[in-house]
Amino acid sequence: MSSDHDTETTPTVGDRTTESEDVSYPRMRREQELVSEKREELDEGVGWDGRTLREQMAAVEEETAATGHYAGLEELELKSEDPIQYEQMFSQLRGDLVTARETSKEVAATPIVEQEGELCYGLFTPEGDSIAVSTGIIVHIHTMSEAIKYMINHDWEESPGIEPGDVFVNNDPHIGDVHPCDICTMIPIFHDGELVAWAGGVTHVIDTGAIGPGSMNVSQASRFGDGAHYSARKIGEDFELYNSWERDYVDKTRTPEFLKLDERTRMTGCLMIRDAVKELIDEYGLEAFKQLSREAVEDGRRGFRRRIQKTMLPGTYRGVSFVDALYEGQDNLTREYADENHIMHAPSELHVREDGTFQVSFEGANKWGWHPYNCTPASIQGGIWVMLTQTVIPNENVNDGAYYACDFHLPEGSWANTQNTETAHAYAWHYLVSAWAPLWQHLSRGYYARGFWEEINAGNANTSNWLQGGGIDQFGKLHAVNSFEAACEGVGARYVADGEPHAAAIWNPEGDMGDAEVWERTEPLPFLGRAVKPNTGGPGRKTGGAGFESLRTVKDVTRWLLYEMGNGYMTSDSGLFGGYPAASGYILNARDTDLAERFENGEEYPQHDLDPESGAFEERIDGEITRTPKGISTPKEFDDYDLYLNYLRGGSGLGDPLERDPGEVLSDIHDGYVLPRHAEDAYGVVVEQVSEDAKHNSAVEGEFAVDEEATRELREEMMDERAEEAVPVSEWYDEERERVREGAFIDDVKKTYESSMRMSQQFTAFFTNFWELPDEFGFELSETAETSLEYRFGSGFKRKWDNPTKGHETWTGVGREDEPLVPYTWTDRSLKDLAGPSATFGERTLATDDD
Amino acid sequence: MPDSYPREIIEDLVDENLEWDQLHGMMSDFKDSDRFQTVRDVLQERVDWDDPIVIPYAEQLYVVAKGEDDWVIKCDCGHEFCAHDENWKREALINVRDSDSDYREIYPEGMHPNPEYMELREFFCPGCKTLLEVTNVMPGYPLVHEFEPDIETFYNEWIEEPIPAPEGSA
Repeated sequence: MSSDHDTETTPTVGDRTTESEDVSYPRMRREQELVSEKREELDEGVGWDGRTLREQMAAVEEETAATGHYAGLEELELKSEDPIQYEQMFSQLRGDLVTARETSKEVAATPIVEQEGELCYGLFTPEGDSIAVSTGIIVHIHTMSEAIKYMINHDWEESPGIEPGDVFVNNDPHIGDVHPCDICTMIPIFHDGELVAWAGGVTHVIDTGAIGPGSMNVSQASRFGDGAHYSARKIGEDFELYNSWERDYVDKTRTPEFLKLDERTRMTGCLMIRDAVKELIDEYGLEAFKQLSREAVEDGRRGFRRRIQKTMLPGTYRGVSFVDALYEGQDNLTREYADENHIMHAPSELHVREDGTFQVSFEGANKWGWHPYNCTPASIQGGIWVMLTQTVIPNENVNDGAYYACDFHLPEGSWANTQNTETAHAYAWHYLVSAWAPLWQHLSRGYYARGFWEEINAGNANTSNWLQGGGIDQFGKLHAVNSFEAACEGVGARYVADGEPHAAAIWNPEGDMGDAEVWERTEPLPFLGRAVKPNTGGPGRKTGGAGFESLRTVKDVTRWLLYEMGNGYMTSDSGLFGGYPAASGYILNARDTDLAERFENGEEYPQHDLDPESGAFEERIDGEITRTPKGISTPKEFDDYDLYLNYLRGGSGLGDPLERDPGEVLSDIHDGYVLPRHAEDAYGVVVEQVSEDAKHNSAVEGEFAVDEEATRELREEMMDERAEEAVPVSEWYDEERERVREGAFIDDVKKTYESSMRMSQQFTAFFTNFWELPDEFGFELSETAETSLEYRFGSGFKRKWDNPTKGHETWTGVGREDEPLVPYTWTDRSLKDLAGPSATFGERTLATDDD
Repeated sequence: MPDSYPREIIEDLVDENLEWDQLHGMMSDFKDSDRFQTVRDVLQERVDWDDPIVIPYAEQLYVVAKGEDDWVIKCDCGHEFCAHDENWKREALINVRDSDSDYREIYPEGMHPNPEYMELREFFCPGCKTLLEVTNVMPGYPLVHEFEPDIETFYNEWIEEPIPAPEGSA
């Protein structure tokens, strides 16, 4: 490398034992002198041409707004005049970012980073717009962009200062993150006294000191249980971490050694990127680098629009998704008022405008809740951005250009944009992944109409379960676990092929399930079995990819907790064109078991729960068995030889299942994707067992064959049954309307509708117009539900951004007009004064303080 | 990178006869510029009716031209649902899965939504009884109109072609 490594010591942060202190980081020190000179003698900022970063960012925003082109670039001069150099420079950057990721992840010790690749890097303009990205969990590229913009717009240049050698860290979702366990490190890159770029990297850490162990605890009601928040904090200078920082964050996690190595991982990558920028500037010159950094973003914006105009249709696409978060009756809740059920309602509307740009709207989203699944704009925008990179931008030209081609309409005060720093966000992904499900279908409908059928995807998996917990581990140390087997899920059916089974989670296109042996090294949870899980993918002409399951036991622990996190009472991704949604989740545990005796006696023990109806699990273990169709549990105590099922979901299906080739259904049985009895019910395929010998991966032992004649007859019968049982929608409408008028739904459903109607005049109009309801229509709620809504709607806003960016204007002011901007500490009332049943505000012995 | 695939390849795409490596190549490559027209022409040959296809709307469904600026949603089987900018589901047959036993025909016990929280609505073509769409929604949710294509902008500005119309229409 041609960096100043020749004259610098090895850039290892925290290493204070350099052989020659006086010459460490000489380039950085020269830059510091230049910056100091500009500041003190010339009264200039660190931006280009002596501007402050805030002035520079304002100028870019104004030029973009005035011209419709990023930074006013109506022409891509470098790209048009010297396209080879442009591509060489961009490719070099891209390669360096990927190299930084692949190299630095070897520094980490967690399987999350080292095995699953839960890290990524980005190079950003001085204003925080991403120029180029690495591979990996690139959702965080845009979240880091927001974090840089936050620092600029809140005068970080003045205090705490943005200097050569500075190191910043952020995990605050209200600034720029999805959830606090994704910690990002950002360093400014200087050249000749100017800030020319930022390098940023993210890793998903095991534990951030939430009220329960694990990356994403689920029992807290507010952010005060989410764990430590670092709000764009300056944690070092001269590429040395502050003593105060090194002695601070390690006590805010149950896994300090892992976090230390995660931090070194991120710093390694950021410093490699800094060197790469230096090399590029040395080779091509500063002006060429600046020009490239601008043009790459504008090129990305244009590329997005071109791709949309080439592959989709203009118009309006709509959908809706839901997911459950059931807390009624859960133990160990941190607040009694959190003892209620929530349903996420995500109406999704996409306008593809005439110019190929997107407007994405969640108008009608319901209110945020006392759970850790709330989202911030950074998480929504970053999440959708990563999804678009896997469909619309299938090449290396991925950067914030796509962001500049999309407007996001995120109602303030909703779960999608709480604008209240009291809300919890530890697993924002639960709502985020569920909410973007219809977007896949919007794109797929466009691809279908345009003839690009190879791009169609029905939807994906609800990316769960999350096995998490902690306690005193097999080494006698306080520890936490977050099994990232969830990085491997079934993928939705394509139009042209079945969905990939147990492939990847949609938020990390390079994720996998990880080696069982590696998980066992860091988790005191030996595997009893790991297998494809039947009937998890949605049925269809093309099936959703199957999920899988791992059955884990517990060994050599004390005061150990485990919990589950995922969907249960609802399935979040729809099927497409007649395909069915994927199966939903369930919880299976066994505690106080006889597993040790079974091992001792050489007796059978459970390795799977392939068919929950078979009774095979229960036959092989004695103990306190919990089997429930819910997806979430708060932390529960587990002891040695207890059992925990980790069930990873499947993807959704596409097309009428009765059109699936019977031979394919037979293969599905033999491959373990479908239980034989569901071949008949779901696909109209009659199979018979022709041998009891196990020759396949089937969940049921034996060889099967299709009875073709019986299959033909059954499918004819099923078509006839459809005609007899289905009714015209007009008939259904009349009956359903009466049901709506009578409010014949459970309280959780009515509360969800009421919440959305109180949030959105547009949703109210949509609902009441469709059902021809009177203007004053509303659902009558239980006192508990009414109190919950009053309480949350009365909480008001507590914003993080005093100075929003221009990009925030697409959601600023969207939502309820009458919601007050109030402090979240009540001045005229207290929780105890609010009316409510004892179940909500009464005494509970298990409540603990987190806020 | 082909700017245009041979018609036989597109026919194989429509007829599901492409091998995986061919499909993978199509996914990875730049997109061909005449895909829409070729697919539309292939589909036009496949259907048993003469109304010009304006766009493929969804699997089995098309927007077809009945006259100039008169477009309707029509099934493969010939059943006509409604105007192109209305929700075809209002004219469909529906079956709702809203009980445990209904769910258990598709999913194993405990691996399906709770019917009090979510129901599956199956929409069938009244003509051929094909299952055209399944939606999973909270009970009481209005029908969602999933796709309103802007046909005029698409033809006039994006591909700059006349919108198909029946022979003899003005």
